Amino acid sequence: MNKHVMDEAIGETRLDRNTQGVIGKGVDRYEGKLKVSGKAPYAYEHLIGEKVAYGYVVTAPIGRAKVKSIDAMAAQSLAGVLTVVSGDEVLHSSAQPLSPAVPAMKGEILHYNQPVALVVAESFEIARQAAKLVKVEYEAKEGHYEIESRRGTGRATEEGPMPADTKRGDFEKAFAAAEVQFDQTYRTPSYQAAAMEPHASVAKWDGDQLTIWSSCQLLDLNVQQIANGIGVDPSKVRLLSPYIGGGFGSKLGIGPDAVLAALGAKAVGRPVKLALTRQNVFQATSRRGETIQRVRIGTTKDGKITCFGHESETANAEGEGFFEPSGISTVFLYPGEDRLVTHRVITTDVLTASACRAPGEATGMLATESALDELAERFGMDPVAFRKMNEPEKDPQEDLPFSSRRLLDCIDEGARRFNWADRPSKPAARREGEWLIGYGMSSASRANSLMASSAEIEMSPEGRAIVKTSMTDIGTGTYTILQQIAAEMLGLPLDHVDVLLGDTSLPESSGSGGSWGANSAGSSVYVAAEALIEEFAKRLGVEAETLTLKDGHAISGNRQIPFAEILNGDTIKVQGKIEPGDTSSNTNQASYGAHFAEVAVNATTGETRVRRLLTVGTAGRILNMKTATSQCYGGQIWGIGYALEEELVVDPRSGLIVNHDLAEYHVPVHADVPKLDVVLLEDRDPHASPLAGKGIGELAIAGVGAAINNAIYNATGARIRSYPITMDKLLSHLPDEVGEAA
Amino acid sequence: MRPFEYARASDVTEAGKLAGRFIAGGTNLLDLMKLEVETPDKLVDITRLPLRDIETTDDGGLRIGALVTNSDLAADPRIRKDYELLSRALLAGASGQLRNKATTGGNLLQRTRCGYFYETSQPCNKREPGSGCAAIGGFNRIHAILGASKNCIATHPSDMAVAMRALGAVVETQKADGSTREIAVDDFYRLPGDTPQIESELQEGELITAVRLPKPIAGVHRYRKVRDRASYAFALVSVAAIVRTDGGKIAEARLAFGGLAHMPWRDEAVEKALIGEAPSMALFDKAADILLAEARGQGENDFKIPLARRTLKAVLADATKGA
Ligand SMILES: Cc1cc2nc3c(=O)[nH]c(=O)nc-3n(C[C@H](O)[C@H](O)[C@H](O)COP(=O)(O)OP(=O)(O)OC[C@H]3O[C@@H](n4cnc5c(N)ncnc54)[C@H](O)[C@@H]3O)c2cc1C
Ligand code: SF4
Repeated sequence: MNKHVMDEAIGETRLDRNTQGVIGKGVDRYEGKLKVSGKAPYAYEHLIGEKVAYGYVVTAPIGRAKVKSIDAMAAQSLAGVLTVVSGDEVLHSSAQPLSPAVPAMKGEILHYNQPVALVVAESFEIARQAAKLVKVEYEAKEGHYEIESRRGTGRATEEGPMPADTKRGDFEKAFAAAEVQFDQTYRTPSYQAAAMEPHASVAKWDGDQLTIWSSCQLLDLNVQQIANGIGVDPSKVRLLSPYIGGGFGSKLGIGPDAVLAALGAKAVGRPVKLALTRQNVFQATSRRGETIQRVRIGTTKDGKITCFGHESETANAEGEGFFEPSGISTVFLYPGEDRLVTHRVITTDVLTASACRAPGEATGMLATESALDELAERFGMDPVAFRKMNEPEKDPQEDLPFSSRRLLDCIDEGARRFNWADRPSKPAARREGEWLIGYGMSSASRANSLMASSAEIEMSPEGRAIVKTSMTDIGTGTYTILQQIAAEMLGLPLDHVDVLLGDTSLPESSGSGGSWGANSAGSSVYVAAEALIEEFAKRLGVEAETLTLKDGHAISGNRQIPFAEILNGDTIKVQGKIEPGDTSSNTNQASYGAHFAEVAVNATTGETRVRRLLTVGTAGRILNMKTATSQCYGGQIWGIGYALEEELVVDPRSGLIVNHDLAEYHVPVHADVPKLDVVLLEDRDPHASPLAGKGIGELAIAGVGAAINNAIYNATGARIRSYPITMDKLLSHLPDEVGEAA
Repeated sequence: MRPFEYARASDVTEAGKLAGRFIAGGTNLLDLMKLEVETPDKLVDITRLPLRDIETTDDGGLRIGALVTNSDLAADPRIRKDYELLSRALLAGASGQLRNKATTGGNLLQRTRCGYFYETSQPCNKREPGSGCAAIGGFNRIHAILGASKNCIATHPSDMAVAMRALGAVVETQKADGSTREIAVDDFYRLPGDTPQIESELQEGELITAVRLPKPIAGVHRYRKVRDRASYAFALVSVAAIVRTDGGKIAEARLAFGGLAHMPWRDEAVEKALIGEAPSMALFDKAADILLAEARGQGENDFKIPLARRTLKAVLADATKGA
């Protein structure tokens, strides 16, 4: 296996030479036609035509309790019911993304409507009916379902996505001594990832060998979780997720469906299909924890930031160490000699909190980027100028150089394109009929990470390539960019490259999460391609460096040899592996961008409509302009949701998640989304990966909501520090006179 | 979902005799059945009945068959021209896909969106009389500020019904025994009181056959719906208004409100206070005072009181512009 450890910056590569001319191009999705014609099977759509059984989850309508007994008699005796699975192994929620451990219920009810059992029946309808007939007796326990009353009691955990505390110098002292002190607290609610495809699994046993199709993001971790959940060795399990209808972090760990389907299939001796209902997805997978964030910033009297404090409190269930890492960008984005970034987990008896759409940035920057706007205002400065004045030259926490940081380029380009100069300089100053108009902006940043990943390229004697890796495509475009990387590296037309993904029998990969997928999996394909080129060179008796590859031909000196001739009837298989190395520790790596928003707030009702949204981003090499831009559109749209709509409501009396479907849990609809503009600047980050690219998926979500909030302030003069900014929060700040005439 | 018997009604007189729960578009009933909020033993499919026409009545109004879809009704040229209010209300509701299935009769009888009504493990007097009301003291952002009781604070979610009430529409029905009657929309709905499970005056097996509109009402037609997102969200407050001015005075005012109560709300005292007066913000404030005199918030929905006032005033200002 050819291995590349990212210990130093990459030089010029075949991708830079762009001989085949496909890298970076906005080509159509590799699997697009299959998807739009219904030929790309999602998890639940496997084993069509086979004799299968269907599952339906029994849930516990109580917030915190012990299970006393389960009486499945009535359910079992319903015609068509095959079995009822219950026991300690049932997962009460999704597993976390950071370890192979699974949340087995062990007789406990830890949150409202958690799974307790599975009915397996001849049809979905029978299983659903029978589920209501399973009688479970509970011994109720006292539960606690909100964090406000428990402020200050949080745990500092070690199992989070970043250290709980990141400190430098003496923040308290510096803040006390600062010439200007800013101290505000912001709140973000709980969220549901709300992927279109619900969590679903189809499990099939063949002797002691399990094959399972499940909607998952990190297959090589997920297969271990499934094996752990059912108590078998991971080598006995093959997990497939060829197509995924969105994950947004909620499928980084397995859902409770995977283990239940496997247990059910074992019990009834035939394959079992189990799709969670939308209500199950909301109540029994995972959610993003609500946050209370205190932001303290000390500055000089002319606005230079001297110290930065960002202390977050968030929720998770008992024993859970994951926390919403709201300070993840704060650590490197903002200057300040003395620094304090902390996270505390307050225990609640509510559904497990886990990763959801840009964990950290998505919530943290709703706070910090509003705070910067408030500070700029305090100094009578334009928010753009304020950010420019406070741009650090090196990573302010570790003093590392930035691998590349073009935040100010993004801000400048955005300001120019948006015509930022036209922003009303005073709040509540512009009005069009019944609408109050305002502009707002924010920075965007997303820490970059490269993960170990491997891939195989198989080349047929005719010179066609197949890329194979256990990597997933969660709708992001992975199939397409891997095809492009292989085609560019190997000098093949796109239609000579096929891509096989989403199967744990393929080489182990990073999976999709944290926006690391394209660079990690993509680099493994790059490394494998290098090995293949090496093999070509060897066969031709030349140095690999001297070979030019284009349209299925190797060009060396004045020779032009078709691949088939080099292959001479052989099939060649090569493997490549990328591993992070020194560049991850000796540079600070992140993607950067800037958002600009124009909003209209209705002066009568406080309804807010986003009128324009522009995001300018840099994320190193863009592998496919179309899919990268689409990722950014997604981020912008979620940002509208964070600013204006999304909020998972937990009833503090019972722990019930009240708005548990897409009618009542509001995400943006088309009418909420204006024409979106995304501009990705030409960029390379040679420290980040052999592709010189960085993560992009979650960049565009970071900060958008704050840009919208800042625009609302500019429109109305109302500063709302509790998201989402719904009309009830704005009403009392609106002009007394209503209607157009006012 | 529980198993149920299914019967298809082939003519109107037979429908009531089949003694089951009517299903039209199914966009509300099926969702509720899947969750076992509703558990009918028998469904009577009425979608083959010949109730899909919109015809002119002798007095110059329109009779809308109970199975006319929300999409067809909103797009009908007569509705768009003469009953603009109704067309606007329909188009403000649900989504294109839902409106294609949703029917006139079903829309009138759709049930509340109270989150606790949908969650069978929670107390809810509407779903299970006597069990309590989880919305009181709970998540009640969307709940009623007018006409609620200590047993139920739910709202009626329809937009169409609000317009129908402002228009003074009449519901035509056929009882199970085959006799027919008509009920004004004004009298059709009930407040929750002690029996929130009973929402309308319809009796068991009584079929809505049509909704009749009076002859066109002149004036400015407005439907303003205030909601949490630009589309595909229920009204927090909506105002249906027909206002005619004459010689600088309000000559006619018909107003109905959605999102405020267990039924589309109408208060004749509000209309009376406006008629004969010259439009002014002070007058509109007085109208709002009357409308909201008895209004009571439940905590999270307190904002609806100022919101209703502001929306009413803005609609009236808009409807009397230039008078
Ligand atoms: C996500 C979502 C969003 C929505 N948003 C809105 C909105 O913003 N505004 C809005 O107004 N509506 C909204 N709706 C509701 C929608 O308008 C109703 O579901 C629809 O109008 C119901 O009509 P239907 O024909 O499908 O009724 P069904 O579901 O078939 O029936 C509803 C009820 O009416 C009874 N019934 C039906 N026809 C008759 C008849 N002829 N005689 C007697 N009884 C009858 C049924 O027995 C049942 O009890 C929304 C619905 C959903 C699911
Ligand atoms: S408001 Fe009405 S529908 Fe809602 S829980 Fe209370 S009784 Fe049930």
